[in-house]
Amino acid sequence: MAPKAKPAAAPAPMIKGAELLVRCLEHQGVDLLFAYPGGAALELHQALSKSKIRVVLPRHEQGGAFAADGYARASGRIGVCMATSGPGATNLLTGIADAYMDSIPVVVITGQVPQRLIGKNAFQETDIIGMTRPIIKHSFLVLDPADIPDIVAEAFHIAASGRPGPVMIDIPKDVQQKLVAPCVTGKVTLRAYSVRSACSDAEVEQVRSLIQAAKRPCIIAGGGIITSGAHMELRKFAESYNIPVTTTLMGVGSFPESHPLSLKWLGMHGTFYANYAANECDLLLNIGARFDDRVTGNVAHFAEHAKIVHIDIDPSEINKNKKADLGIICDAKDILRKLNRKPLRQDYAAWHRQIAEWKKTHPLTYVKDNQIQPQFVVETLCELTKGKAIIVPGVGQHQMWSAQYYRFERPRQFLTSGGLGSMGFGTPAAMGAKLACPDALVINIDGDGSFQMNIQELGTIHTENIGVKMIVLNNQHLGMVAQWEDRFYGSNRGNTVLKVGNHPYPEFVQIAKGYRIPGLDVWKRDEVRPAIRKMLETDGPFLLDVHVEYLEHVLPMIPAGGSYLNIILE
Amino acid sequence: MRHTISVLVENKFGVLARIAGLFSGRGYNIESLTVGPTHDQTMSKMTIVTSGDDNILEQIEKQLNKLVDVLQVTDLTGSGFAARELMLIKVKAAPGKRGEIIQIAGVFKANVIHMHQNSLILEFTGRSEKIDAFIQLMEPYGIIELARTGRVALARSGEPTEKLAARSAAAPTEDEDTTPA
Repeated sequence: MAPKAKPAAAPAPMIKGAELLVRCLEHQGVDLLFAYPGGAALELHQALSKSKIRVVLPRHEQGGAFAADGYARASGRIGVCMATSGPGATNLLTGIADAYMDSIPVVVITGQVPQRLIGKNAFQETDIIGMTRPIIKHSFLVLDPADIPDIVAEAFHIAASGRPGPVMIDIPKDVQQKLVAPCVTGKVTLRAYSVRSACSDAEVEQVRSLIQAAKRPCIIAGGGIITSGAHMELRKFAESYNIPVTTTLMGVGSFPESHPLSLKWLGMHGTFYANYAANECDLLLNIGARFDDRVTGNVAHFAEHAKIVHIDIDPSEINKNKKADLGIICDAKDILRKLNRKPLRQDYAAWHRQIAEWKKTHPLTYVKDNQIQPQFVVETLCELTKGKAIIVPGVGQHQMWSAQYYRFERPRQFLTSGGLGSMGFGTPAAMGAKLACPDALVINIDGDGSFQMNIQELGTIHTENIGVKMIVLNNQHLGMVAQWEDRFYGSNRGNTVLKVGNHPYPEFVQIAKGYRIPGLDVWKRDEVRPAIRKMLETDGPFLLDVHVEYLEHVLPMIPAGGSYLNIILE
Repeated sequence: MRHTISVLVENKFGVLARIAGLFSGRGYNIESLTVGPTHDQTMSKMTIVTSGDDNILEQIEKQLNKLVDVLQVTDLTGSGFAARELMLIKVKAAPGKRGEIIQIAGVFKANVIHMHQNSLILEFTGRSEKIDAFIQLMEPYGIIELARTGRVALARSGEPTEKLAARSAAAPTEDEDTTPA
């Protein structure tokens, strides 16, 4: 007779796929996400309502995507956003493309119509996997709720590892409803996905010997330094090797701008001295940047006489835009640590003298009179916040002035839509940043055009009590495009004027008031300082509408496709 | 220059779309693309014939490798490989011409796989140039339609294609495959 079987422990009750997904997110450490409901996301929101995850409801899915992006940029953690199928999902597209271009780790979850309706042009059906394919690191369509733990584990792993980026999980409604065992631990089995993060000793020696032979070395530090968390190693490297550092716009904050070796940032609107140094050096050490066209202008003439060392974790960046004499695929922190073991200090006296001369003769500057210059507002803000705030601009002239006239000393202090250049980025991204770093002062500097592209997020800011400060540099123009019209199209205005009548339109302070957010108009130069003080002293969110005239161009400027020799200074 | 690339991928949903989308989105040229599962059902092998200069080929290989579902990319060009393509061709064949066509097919080792009152379907496997030559010979009879698979290829070495260095091309020539077919 067979021995009596021991009664098995009662299996845990089955749960819905949607609930399992939410539990898997909790298991990944998600404590906050941005989610907008809808028919195909209903189950997910029902499950979220029973979870400890904080759900922030944006007022538009694009705002949710940018907020997740801002959350990730400010904290280095993975941002999560969620939308329903169809229009909910398509509204995320710009945010996904933005995260892809700037290598920001974001996990995007979308509801999908039930499997039996896929391909039928069902209500609110779009092939969102197909639509996002060129702008996403990877995507998953969930067909069986039992796959959810593995898919979530893999999505989070892919989003954050190597060169980070957005990853999507599209989950049909029937999969959300189907019952499944409540197992939250997933396995990552990605045999085709590998990241080379360590460099070899031989590669380190190759870099050292190029440095040894150089007379005029220069470092370009990109967003990769920040992603890698290598800013301390970079500083030690620059100091011990005595090499000047310029950053890309994405790399702003990777090297302290007050440092004597800092050249601030380079490119189309970068400093004169950064562009001159990068172009006239004989050894260019590019660490974690991708030779973007806004950095190089005409790439064939960029740093034409320099040996190029290109260090990147993404193999496809080496030789993509600029041929490298030495390409090294690894994590920035790894190679900098190894280089720092044996510093190779040379004095490069003539080179440093030359740079000092450029800095002296061509500093960042603007004409000061009794008008309110936008640059003056940023400078005053920097002074009153002691350079400690996290600055999140939209896209346009104000973005460039924010980068030029605020002084950035630490990574993740300047959060900007660099690659995609998405107007409307500032307000929602600042919102995400403030939620990620509640103790930091987060300031959205925006333009009147950009601000209006996601102005509805004032609703989220008020209801969720997110203490974001907002400054609109309101010149009643789409200033950057107008600037190009002035420079290259004889000032002929092609739909770049936002002005209606003689009074600024719309009245942002009144709009903020409608959302129950306090604000203040600033009309005169001597009101700027007290107004900023008032904004900083007020608890919670605050809006400053600063009325500047459209008079200023962002300078210096290297015209698109030009070289540093074409730099426009006035 | 023309390159034949072998791509080993996960046999998963959407992989073909990701690869085809990569080529169209980045403006790379595809002359032909074939795909099918391997003896390991979890993997598929694609053979892609493309063209471009060295910089473009370097990018194609790197961008393909960047896709999460791509296991390995091997540029066969310059390394010695066997390549074949299959064609089905439907030719007008009135009773009086039928013998003639079958005779030519015999010389080319093409098989008759279907016969109709006034037409024939022939199956022909060989190198792409041979296929082109055969098409030319069939033209005078009247080609009704044809379908080609595009090239499939394997490295000639005793080991799997994937053991070749990703870009083995030292001094690549147009087509390394010299076996008669």
